[in-house]
Amino acid sequence: MTSTSALGSRRALTQDRVINWLFLSFLALSLLVGFLLLGALLVDVFRKGVGELSWSFLTNPPSSLPSRAGARPAILGTIYMMILLVVLTVPLGVGTAIYLEEYANKNRWYNRWLEINIQNLAGVPSIVYGILGLAFLVRGLGLGRVLLAGALILTLLVLPTVIVAAREALRAVPDSIRQGAFALGASQWQVVSRQVLPAAIPGIATGAILALARAIGETAPLLMVGALAFIAFNPTILGDFTALPIQIFQWISRPQEEFRHKAAAAIIVLLALLLVMNAFAVWIRNRYERRW
Amino acid sequence: MSTRDVELLRGDARPSLGSSGRRWGEDGIRALLLVCACVSVLTTLGIIIALVQPAIEFFREVNLIDFITGTRWAPLFKPSSFGVLPLISATLLLTFWAAVIFIPFGLGTAIFLSEYARPGVRRVLKPALEILAGIPTVVFGFFALVFFTPFLQDIGLGLETFNIVGAGVVIGVMLIPTVASISEDAMAAVPQDLRAGAYALGATRFHVATRVVVPSAFSGIIASYILAISRAIGETVIALIAAGTIARITFNPEEGAASMAAFIAATGVGDVPTGSIEYKTIFAVGLTLFVFTLVMNIFSTRLVRRYREVYE
Repeated sequence: MTSTSALGSRRALTQDRVINWLFLSFLALSLLVGFLLLGALLVDVFRKGVGELSWSFLTNPPSSLPSRAGARPAILGTIYMMILLVVLTVPLGVGTAIYLEEYANKNRWYNRWLEINIQNLAGVPSIVYGILGLAFLVRGLGLGRVLLAGALILTLLVLPTVIVAAREALRAVPDSIRQGAFALGASQWQVVSRQVLPAAIPGIATGAILALARAIGETAPLLMVGALAFIAFNPTILGDFTALPIQIFQWISRPQEEFRHKAAAAIIVLLALLLVMNAFAVWIRNRYERRW
Repeated sequence: MSTRDVELLRGDARPSLGSSGRRWGEDGIRALLLVCACVSVLTTLGIIIALVQPAIEFFREVNLIDFITGTRWAPLFKPSSFGVLPLISATLLLTFWAAVIFIPFGLGTAIFLSEYARPGVRRVLKPALEILAGIPTVVFGFFALVFFTPFLQDIGLGLETFNIVGAGVVIGVMLIPTVASISEDAMAAVPQDLRAGAYALGATRFHVATRVVVPSAFSGIIASYILAISRAIGETVIALIAAGTIARITFNPEEGAASMAAFIAATGVGDVPTGSIEYKTIFAVGLTLFVFTLVMNIFSTRLVRRYREVYE
């Protein structure tokens, strides 16, 4: 009797070991799929694009001759877009977050609706924002296919992300700080503007930069508002424009191999820009964020 | 007692702390903040109006039933045909191939990070995942077309240049971080007591992960899947670059086909005249896409609420 039960448990043990091993292999494979492809992607892009990177690539306008084509209008377009995005999203996003966190009475139906609405907006595909831009800004308002239309649509696209990040930052400020300020006779706005907001700024900045980095890489909405023009001059806010993701898309669509390499070079520029933004966000988080 | 004290006691004189009358500045600021909040409401209204109004005009010209059940999408051909099923089937096939990747591997990554990885390993892997999540879709599209599809062709698959499987798999890889990070949050919310209890009963790490942690975090995991499916349905640029713009019903993953989002973008890029039927197709297809993702979002919120395990 004892020998059979010992045998049984030994079999169970080996079975367990095999299952454990299989499961660990599955977990390793999971990680590998993501990171291997990420690695392959970066290596491939660098192999194809690094040879194209040069000062003239950064400063030349695009051209139908691959040897002369550069990305200056696209880089400038992306930089202008970033500036407009900061100016537009930060006040709107932080204002909404302050309203929802500090002012809104959560029991009122319209405030609950506001929250559900923002949640749902975050799930709308970016191409649908592009349709909104095409219908209202480009055709409806008659703005035309201009940089401002692109910036406005990207603003609406990332607003939910900025709002959520800003709300989390405001929520992380302990209530004792608010109560302390109220006890000293501060008004609601004095509490918000002099105590809560300064304490929440590092968190808000981190979230806003990350959201901005996402917006800068968006392609679909910009395609819809018509950035796919051949721009050989510097973009202006109320004129035709292009941006890095669009320029990349355009070069990918060309059949010639040389333009694929141009696309890879532009991808390196875009990824470098995103990396700098992300690093800046992480630096702010580590440098200024307080734990209460 | 001075007269001043008497007055104070009787309440005739107010202490100089300042009266709390109505503060107009405060009200103004409150109103201003409310206006900011209203921008998001206007966005929703704008999306609905922008989609529905031209879509109604579209359905005046095209029968709704023909649109939903038609199997041929050829808006530019004569005779034209507006059956949306080819676009929907391509969208769902792309989503299927993406799900084949992100369902197992997203969950596997989350389990590894939450249950197996040592803190040092986590500190490296989490930011690496965030990098993966932050890569723009156009870069993934480039990768699918220029690297992944040729790679699959090299290992002997008879893929066309534009194909469903290459685009779908790359969309799936792109969504692994989304699934992993939401699922891992859900796993982190499972109380340590449950794990300790299972270990005390002699469970192995494998059993704790699969029979305690995953079931307890089930609602969060499903929510991450639904969000990823919703993203895959709406994914535009990868589909456009790597799966092409031919509208057709095909179940052969080696062929390419235009998804709803890819069709919208391809048509939006071309300068179609306002008011033409081609222009209106953008909105009819856009509305269909919007309804698909909205249903997924509502479904996900419901599901999470229904199966949520609440831990004290």
